[in-house]
This record gives sequence, structure tokens and C-alpha cells, in this order.
Amino acid sequence: MIRLLVNDQEHELTADPAMPLLWVLRDLLGLTGTKYGCGISLCGACTVLADGEPVRSCTTPLSKVSGKKITTIEGLPKDRSHPVQQAWIEEQVPQCGYCQSGQILSAVALLARKPRPSDADVDQAMSGVLCRCGTYPRIRRAIRRAASIAEKDA
Amino acid sequence: MPRLAVTRREFMRISAALGGGLLIGIQLDNRARADAADAATAAAADGMFTPNVWLTITPDDVVSIRVASSEMGQGVMTALPMLIAEELDADWDTVRAEFAPINPAYANPIFGRQQTGGSTAIRGYWRTLREAGAVGREVLLTAAAQTWGVAVESCHAERGQVSHGNSGRSLRYGALARRAAGLPVPESVFLKEPSQFTLLGRAMPRLDIPAKVDGSAGFGSDVKLPGLLTATVARCPVFGGSVGKVNDKRARSVAGVRKVVVISSGIAVVADHFWAARQGREALEIDWNPGPAARLDSATITARLAERADSGTVGRNDGDAERALASANRRLEAVYEVPYLAHACMEPMNCTADVRTDSCDIWVPTQAQTSVHQTAMRLTGLPADKVRVHTTYLGGGFGRRGEQDFVIDAIETSRAVGAPVKVLWTREDDIQHDFYRPATYNRLAAALDKQGMPVAWRHRIAGPSISQRDATARETSGSDFSATEGALNLPYAIPNILVSYARVNSAVPVGYWRSVASSQNAFITECFLDEVAAAGGKDPYALRRALLGEQARLRAVLELAAAKADWGSPAAAGRFRGIAVAESFRSYVAQVAEVSIAGGQPRVHRVVCAIDCGMTVNPDTIAAQMESAIVFGLTAALKGEISIADGRVVQSNFHDYPLLGFDECPDIEVYIVPSEADPGGVGEPGTPPIAPAVANAVFAATGNPVRRLPIRL
Ligand code: FES
Ligand code: FES
Repeated sequence: MIRLLVNDQEHELTADPAMPLLWVLRDLLGLTGTKYGCGISLCGACTVLADGEPVRSCTTPLSKVSGKKITTIEGLPKDRSHPVQQAWIEEQVPQCGYCQSGQILSAVALLARKPRPSDADVDQAMSGVLCRCGTYPRIRRAIRRAASIAEKDA
Repeated sequence: MPRLAVTRREFMRISAALGGGLLIGIQLDNRARADAADAATAAAADGMFTPNVWLTITPDDVVSIRVASSEMGQGVMTALPMLIAEELDADWDTVRAEFAPINPAYANPIFGRQQTGGSTAIRGYWRTLREAGAVGREVLLTAAAQTWGVAVESCHAERGQVSHGNSGRSLRYGALARRAAGLPVPESVFLKEPSQFTLLGRAMPRLDIPAKVDGSAGFGSDVKLPGLLTATVARCPVFGGSVGKVNDKRARSVAGVRKVVVISSGIAVVADHFWAARQGREALEIDWNPGPAARLDSATITARLAERADSGTVGRNDGDAERALASANRRLEAVYEVPYLAHACMEPMNCTADVRTDSCDIWVPTQAQTSVHQTAMRLTGLPADKVRVHTTYLGGGFGRRGEQDFVIDAIETSRAVGAPVKVLWTREDDIQHDFYRPATYNRLAAALDKQGMPVAWRHRIAGPSISQRDATARETSGSDFSATEGALNLPYAIPNILVSYARVNSAVPVGYWRSVASSQNAFITECFLDEVAAAGGKDPYALRRALLGEQARLRAVLELAAAKADWGSPAAAGRFRGIAVAESFRSYVAQVAEVSIAGGQPRVHRVVCAIDCGMTVNPDTIAAQMESAIVFGLTAALKGEISIADGRVVQSNFHDYPLLGFDECPDIEVYIVPSEADPGGVGEPGTPPIAPAVANAVFAATGNPVRRLPIRL
């Protein structure tokens, strides 16, 4: 029995401890907002937060995150009021949308760590998350906007 | 505004929606009705006819609009409703969009099929949807006039309500819906003049975006059903190979694996979840029959193309290019090559099917609903009305999702195991079993006169055909658009032009890839033109401008992009500019790329893009599609290459088929030329000019022309 805390909800699972968190979330818990893109830590589509840190859930075995606080896209406010979500809407970032959970959670983690990130910080935090639709210019703008929304809210 | 007859009025129908609303749609003819598999609509119909719904207005004022094109990021789920809402004078805040079911009435008029591709959504539905909205406005106005006992002419529709000029009375559309539902379809309607548009041409927030920032948007891979199993398929790595001997004993003993079945594409491992299916697949012991392509490699393919390049069929022959070349004052020759490319949609291919003895349901991120419907009917033998196609959001499309391979996987697997099954491809499957953008080989020649102006142009293309990909024995056609688009329509005023095409298919499957043949031909022609400019001592911009005298729209975007990019003044130290233009899908695009070379690699800093796509629907979506198409094309220009060895694809995932990353993305500026011409395409036309713009900047930087993609210095 493995305990898993996802979006403040406790789960007890009898899964293989080697099962990647991605498939635990998607196929066992039905949290399909986290996406599969490559399966080998190359694209960032599967990014979730473990104790606030972005991790690639496709290569993170269940055993490694037991006891950690996991946040998925579904764990952000349902009314989309997180500054990053607001900024994403205001800048009209998503296109197909498939990579966006990974993009948004990476940005959430970045801004939690650095409320006013430099361009280099943004490059570093976001460069591993691929977007085939090319939403990068809008992501850059949205992160700046999210930082200022968060500052106003604070 | 002029009153226009409703086209195909006999098919337009008005009726009551459930709950007393107004429903506007199209009546299906008998055959179409037999094909109809639209249970929800049938239930709402009054039994006399089966209208196919475009829009419904319910008493709570909500306007529900059905979107017949697939939403794959290009914004149709907002742009198509805007066409209806504009003419309906709807309150945009009350507009909801939903995916249309499969039905012939939803066919895109350009294809006659329900299909999304070729940048056709706005072009195809432009008139139909505006008429549907205008019919709605007309009957709502009439309903209001009848309610108040006043003349229709004294009533006015705006933002979801009708008001009466003199009395100041007004009624919301929701309150008028029931009465309007009983009215006949008007003979004719007003369609607005562009100057009267209040929505079209305005940047409207996309309706699909909220669901894409909270994880709730449902993609094909997210489909959930009771009892759903998940499968992954092992395919022969060699093109055209087949399954020989299989030992699935170990696979079947993996916890969670339910069944292992042989289907036409390979061996499907069916499990409770994807992780088990994948482990099961890895435990399969398979002997493949590699088949005749076992020794095929890229070098062999290229050699065959080179051998055939001069024997193509002529598709365009202006003047006498051969003679002009033979007697040329100065002659220039070059070989240009491009590789196969994978689509690499962010969401790997997938499809969910529930095949039963008397029905078949398919949930699929598809660009081709009509094809899916036909595929399912063919495989199951079920009649049209027993096959339902449910379109999900698409995690990218780019042409890949018009194919049927992943659909066949799901139908065959579901039928074999007697349960609903989701077949999910791995990224490796997706890269190694694509329908690739064709690799082509091109011989270019130009003749220059004494003033350095080109007087002859010859372009000989050799490569596989997409449109005739299965017909290996048929004659080549010089005008095969899937290979010659972007080359045949060379826009420049050169008196002697010859373009030929030799169709040389191989075992490597080819398919439609964002902007199709223009994706490579713009690179080839626009880069060779820069070689011509250099040889003639001309500035690349000035030469284009001189040769585009007759091409007003192309010339205008060229001038706009050059002006915004400061073409006339030198770039910053270490920066070099390249310019390119391309017309594709009835839109005109020019781009200027600013590039530096560092560590033997080109880096693109800035791209200025000007587009004339005719009348604009949602300008912010146009800008987004230009950004998207540029990033997509930059991946191809700087990184993309699928190579073949031992009959199989060498690359397998993003380490060896990399995509442009966040930190490599240039600043992109988009300028839209105001126009009242009919709308052109938007999803693809931004891709063709970027590779040549960048390659021409590299040429400017190094003095060496770039004749092969991806760019390697
Ligand atoms: S799916 Fe995990 S990084 Fe790509
Ligand atoms: S929005 Fe489509 S992959 Fe990023």
C-alpha cells in the first residue's frame, strides 16, 4: 500500500511502486490534465509539482513521491484565479493546449521561487518544456504579466 | 446592406429546440438523412424533418453553436462561431461552442467532407455560417415585430436583443426564441457589409482557452469510459514489414495485461492501463518479416531521386527556358535538397473505439471525421447511422491527424477484445510510423541578362507524391499540387520558366504536413532567388520588388515586412537579415529574419512577418498562427531531419528529433495588411517563408548559400 497526497487529497494505492507517477495520475486517479509527451524526460508535458518543485512525472516512480505533496494542474484554483492562469488567459497563450499543463506548472514553480524572475531565470525554468504549437512568445509575456498580477494581489 | 437570397434555402430549417428554444440548421435530404448519425439532433427535431443544427438559442439567452472543423490549436472553435454571431448580432458573452457530430451537412464546402486541413475552415464556411446567423437575426426580428404588433423595419437587433425604435421596448433573444421557432425560413437575408462588422476583425478571446488552463480540456488521450482498456501496438520497425512469429507468454504474465491480439498494424497489448500495456509490449518476443524495404536507406533514396530528377513531367512552361538557358549570358545552377520530416504533434496518435455487434462509437482527435466514419463502416460492416464519431480536442494536427492508421488500430483492437479500447501510441511509435513530409531533390538553373536580371528559371523536382502515394504505376503529373505547390506558382516576372516534377515513391510513407509542398518549395525557390540576386549584384529585397510588379498583394507584404524590419538600414553588428515571400492557401506572407552566427550555429533573434489574408476574422488568432507557423518552420529549418537506415526511421524521440525550445525562440512581430478581399487561409501560410528567410540571412552572413535543410554550417 502506497500513500499519495495529490492536490491535498490522500490516496492509498496498491500499485507497482515502480509505476511512473504520470500513469498513476492519469490512469489510476483519472487526473488527465497531466500529459504524456515523450516518456523519457525530454518534453515537460508531464510536469507536476512535488513539494512545490517541478518534476517529470513520466520518469518519477510512485515510490519516490510517497509522502510528498503533489500538485497537478487540477490542483490550481477551479475558478482559474491563480495569477499564472489569469495571465495565460489574458495573453491568450494556449493553442492546441496539450503542453500547457506542463508550461503552467513550470511557471507556477518559477514564480513561487522567484516572484520577479529575470529573462535568464525564465529561460532556465521554461526551456525544457516543449511546445509544438510555438506558444513561447506568449508564455514569456504571460510570465511577466503573472508576476505583476501576483505583486498587485500581494 | 444588400439583401441576398439564402443559398440552398430549401435545406435551411428552423424549428423548436428542446425547452422552447430556437434551432437553426439545415434540413438533410433523404440520403443525408439515412447517413445521419446525430442522435441529439434527431431528438430535437419534430419528426417531419431532420435538421442539422448550426445554432440553438435557449430561453436562458445562451447561443450554442456547433463547430464542424476540428480544434487543433488554430482557433476555429472561436472563429467559426464568430461568423454566426456577427450576422446574428448575438451577445458574444452568451455564445458557447461545441463540436459537431459526424454528419454530411457539416461538410466543409471546399472538400465536400467533414475535414480540417488546407487552411480551409474560414474560407469554406464563410458564407454558410454567416447565412445561418443572418436567418436567425431575421426570424428574431420578425418574432419581436409580431409580439409588439409593429413593422419589422422599425425593429433593430443588437447584442442579443431586439429593440423597437419608437417605443424603446426591447426583448432578449432568449425570450423571442419560442416564437421565432415557429416562423418560416426567410427567402432572403441581409449579410453585413464589412464596414458594419462589430465582431469580425476584432480580437476576441478564444472560447477554448479557459479549459486549457485548468486541465479540463478533453483530448483524445483523456477519454474516460466505463470498462475502458488501454492498448499499445508493437509495429514492424521496417516499412512494409509484417509479423512473423510471436511469443507473448511473458507479456501476458505482466500484471494488468488482459490480452495480446494481432491486428493489421502489428501486435496490440491490451491492459488495464498504459503502463501495464507498455511493459507487456516490451516483454513480447517477435520475429518480424522485414519485407522488401529491409535495406532501404537515405542515401539510396537520394540517389534514386537524383537519377530521375531530369525526367519529370513539365507542369509549367512559360516562354522557352531551355533555349534561354542555353544562350545565357550568365548561367547559375544548384541542387537543393530537403529531408523527410515528422509531424511530432505534442499529443501522440491515439483513438478510442467501442465496437459492438450493432454499433460503433469512436472518440478521436481527428482532422477527418468523414474518413473516420467511412473507415469504421468499412471495418465493421455497420450502416452509417450505427457509427458515431465523437471529436475531441486535438493535441496538434498539422496534417497528421487526417490519417486513419490510429483509427484502424482502435477499431480492430476493440473488436478483437470485445471491450472499449483506447490505443495510445508511444512517442517512439509517433516519430517512427508517421506519414512524413516528403524528402525531395531539386535541380535549379537560372539565366541572367547583362543587367543581372533573371531571364530564365528552371526547377526540376524529384520526390514522392502525397496525393498519389499509393499509385506507384501511374504516370507522374507535372501539376501534382502535393509536390509542386510553391514551385509551380513562382510569382516572379521572369519570361522563361520551366517547372517539372518526377514522381519517385519509396517505401517511406508520406503525408500532408503543415503547408504541404510549399513548406519545401518556398525554401528552394526563395533561396535560389537570393543566389540569383547575389550573382546579378542585386539586393534581395530590391530584386523581389522589381520582379513582383504584377503581384500587388505579395509586393505589399514584401514592402511592409521590409519597412518594419528596417531593411534599408544596416543590421546591428554581427546580425544579418534574410527576406522571403510566399503565397499559399490564398494568403500572402513576407518575413524578414535577423540572424547571428555563434559557435558555428545560426541563432534567430527576430522575425518580422507581414500577412495579407484578406478579410480578418480574429486578428489575435492570425497573429498566434503566424507565431506558431514560424516556430514550426524554424524547427524544420534548424533541426528537423528524419533519416532512413535498414528500412526504418533512425530517429525516435525528442533527443534526436528535437523541437525548437523556449530559449531559442526569436522575437516575432506580426503585421496584418487590412483587406476586404475574401478570406484566405491562416493556419499554414506562415510556415513557408521562414526557412528561406533564415537561410538567406545565413547566406548573407557566410557568403555560402544554404542548399539543404536543416541548416548545418
Ligand atoms: S512526458 Fe515526461 S518529459 Fe515528456
Ligand atoms: S499549445 Fe500545442 S503543444 Fe503547446
